[in-house]
Amino acid sequence: MSPLLPQTVLDRLHAALPQARVELVNNPSPSGQHALLVHREDAVQVAEFLKNDPELLLDYASDVSGVDYPEYLEAVYHLFSIAKKHGPIVLKTRTGDRGADASVPSLTRVWKSADFQEREAFDLFGIRFEGHPDLRRLLMWEEFEDFPLRKDYVAPNDCEYEPTPHGDIVQKAAAASASPVPQA
Amino acid sequence: MNFPGSGIIKGMAVTALNIVGSYFDRAHAKRLITEQYPEERPKLAEASRSFPFLVFDGDDPEKGIRCVACKICEKECPPQCIYIVKDTDANGKPIMRPKVFDIDISVCMGCQICVESCPFESIRMDNIYEVSGYDRFAPLVLHKPQLLKSNAYYHGIRPTEAAATDARIEAARLRKEAAAKAAAAKVAAAKAAAAAKAAGEKAAETKPTQPE
Amino acid sequence: MSASSSNFFSGTADAGALEVSLGPHHPSTHGVFRMNVRMEGETVVKLQPVFGYLHRNHEKIAEKNSWLAAMPYTDRLDYICSGTNNWAYAVAVEKLAGIEVPERAEYLRVIVGEMTRLQNHTAFLGFILGDMGAWGSALMYAFREREKILDLFEELTGARMMLNYARFGGVRCDTPAGWLDKARAYLATYPAFLDEMEQFLTGNEILLSRLQGVGVLSAQRAINGGLSGPVLRASGVDYDIRKVDGYSIYPRLKFRVPRGEVGDCFDRFMLRLLEARESLKILQQALDQIPEGPVVNPAVKQRGFKPPAGEAYGRIEGPKGELGFHLVSNGTEKPYRYHVRPPSLINLTLLEEMCLGTKIADVMVILGSIDIVLGEVDR
Repeated sequence: MSPLLPQTVLDRLHAALPQARVELVNNPSPSGQHALLVHREDAVQVAEFLKNDPELLLDYASDVSGVDYPEYLEAVYHLFSIAKKHGPIVLKTRTGDRGADASVPSLTRVWKSADFQEREAFDLFGIRFEGHPDLRRLLMWEEFEDFPLRKDYVAPNDCEYEPTPHGDIVQKAAAASASPVPQA
Repeated sequence: MNFPGSGIIKGMAVTALNIVGSYFDRAHAKRLITEQYPEERPKLAEASRSFPFLVFDGDDPEKGIRCVACKICEKECPPQCIYIVKDTDANGKPIMRPKVFDIDISVCMGCQICVESCPFESIRMDNIYEVSGYDRFAPLVLHKPQLLKSNAYYHGIRPTEAAATDARIEAARLRKEAAAKAAAAKVAAAKAAAAAKAAGEKAAETKPTQPE
Repeated sequence: MSASSSNFFSGTADAGALEVSLGPHHPSTHGVFRMNVRMEGETVVKLQPVFGYLHRNHEKIAEKNSWLAAMPYTDRLDYICSGTNNWAYAVAVEKLAGIEVPERAEYLRVIVGEMTRLQNHTAFLGFILGDMGAWGSALMYAFREREKILDLFEELTGARMMLNYARFGGVRCDTPAGWLDKARAYLATYPAFLDEMEQFLTGNEILLSRLQGVGVLSAQRAINGGLSGPVLRASGVDYDIRKVDGYSIYPRLKFRVPRGEVGDCFDRFMLRLLEARESLKILQQALDQIPEGPVVNPAVKQRGFKPPAGEAYGRIEGPKGELGFHLVSNGTEKPYRYHVRPPSLINLTLLEEMCLGTKIADVMVILGSIDIVLGEVDR
């Protein structure tokens, strides 16, 4: 198994799809897993190519996760090839912003494995995956409104009882102690 | 033996073996491993852990407490179930002793990270497993008096680990003593050197130095 | 918000169709897991899994705590296999920070990991029999043997299930005196138990008729659906991360990767029996070869651990499939992003596809053959 380098993938991509907007994102970590950042409008096309190109055959989208950055949200796909036994190739798409334009195209039609994971990223980050066949919340309940894994998420103040308080919980507990827990 | 139903009969033979074996195989604990708890109690492995406790040296928990209220375990505890308040002396100055040390064992998950992070060898894992209370909250918060257990108790439940801990403490004490001694010796040496130098200077005053 | 799951019971189904909510509290759903099933007669025509009953936002908890503090929480993902969960997290962090692991620690990880796989597959034999309605004997025999492995875990790590054993660059503690011999002696009796289980179960005509030809999944669909572990290999795909990535000391150990032919529930059942035997082979080699030495890289500071900024995806072959961690660090004491790739959840992607056209009673068997743990599905 020879490792598949993101640069090789990028070269093949540029050769086959010259108009696709893809760039290499450097990863400073010792892991050396550099990512391919694809413009969201070209994502489906690029994904199809990665999956079907005979040299790459990235047929296995193992992991999909969302990441929250101050300016945008990111959907990260970790692709492997079962036929060629190489990977991971990290594919990223970014939303326009964190509000109204927080959408990227869904790759579930390319890799079915993205189905639940994109729903999870939608649920916890609020990334709308356009074209997902069944985009509903996965883990939280339907009526829930916020996106818990975003950095600016504010947890509800519903501390029932806090015997070992810490940090800001001290204040919350003090507020809660106005209505103390009924003692047995 | 491959007629229809032979697979079921083979399977039933295994069941029969296990039924009979459960009466006679007690000694090897191969088929019957039920323990008649609470009359019979399991012998816990030495490493077996449940909740943390505080170790004290000697007989008096208040005097022998090793904890210095540094709050490292409180900070490191993953579910944040430890609560510590530093004690103060008569003048209101904080001293190296916890006034309050609570562990909420309804939250504690027994991960042992407090033990690993404690630099003073003062918090250790207990192996009690029968903890219950009449309501969900107050009885499951263990306070300092309940948490303090003697070093002898620690030796009783974990002889190997306790011996290693004692050896480490002893080594640290010896190192400290040696360091103190060395420091004292250094001071003495410095004094002596100063004295010698002074003496030398005095001598130099009286007698011109000889070129070598 | 798009269509809600409660709309499933919309009344739009044809007359004669029956809509059933299986779970969340159902003895065969392996935890609080719900499936909305639409049936015509007894045949399933639509199935929709509903998740989240055990959701506690594991990822958020980890992002609020230090890097080390996430370790005991990983125990609680797939609580049957905490040994491999710790390992996968440690592998991901080691990739992220470029940490070397000492030899002995790698061996100990493999020993604990393979024991975890062994006891998971053993327990699976009991659970799937439970799903087929054979409560009792098989599960009790499986749990009897599993208990003995848990006893070994307790002696080594102090806990039976929540091991919290791996550390960044090694493992937490060395083996107590005599542990390796005890493990070797116990594992020597294991093939006899597996033989007995095989005699007990695999020839049984009722079991065969319940498993064979049920929930068939083609290799191509399994790959596209992201299935992993025994479920993927039962469909005939030769993909074992221990072989493909060659992480830890696996390249040094001799073992085979069993594969299924049909991709039905029976293949998934047999595959676990075969994998358990391969695990025993690995364990034997690892226990014989284990060298002396340190068990943790002394250069790594566990408390106040700060990996360099960047991201990494690390994965191992867990007993249930590919267990991966996607970690993003911004160079501080807390993970910026901590994501788990849960094999239990992703293996459910094709549940509906496998169940369509089968009888309602087979849904439970198919679910059982995937082998999920809800602690990991919902996180």
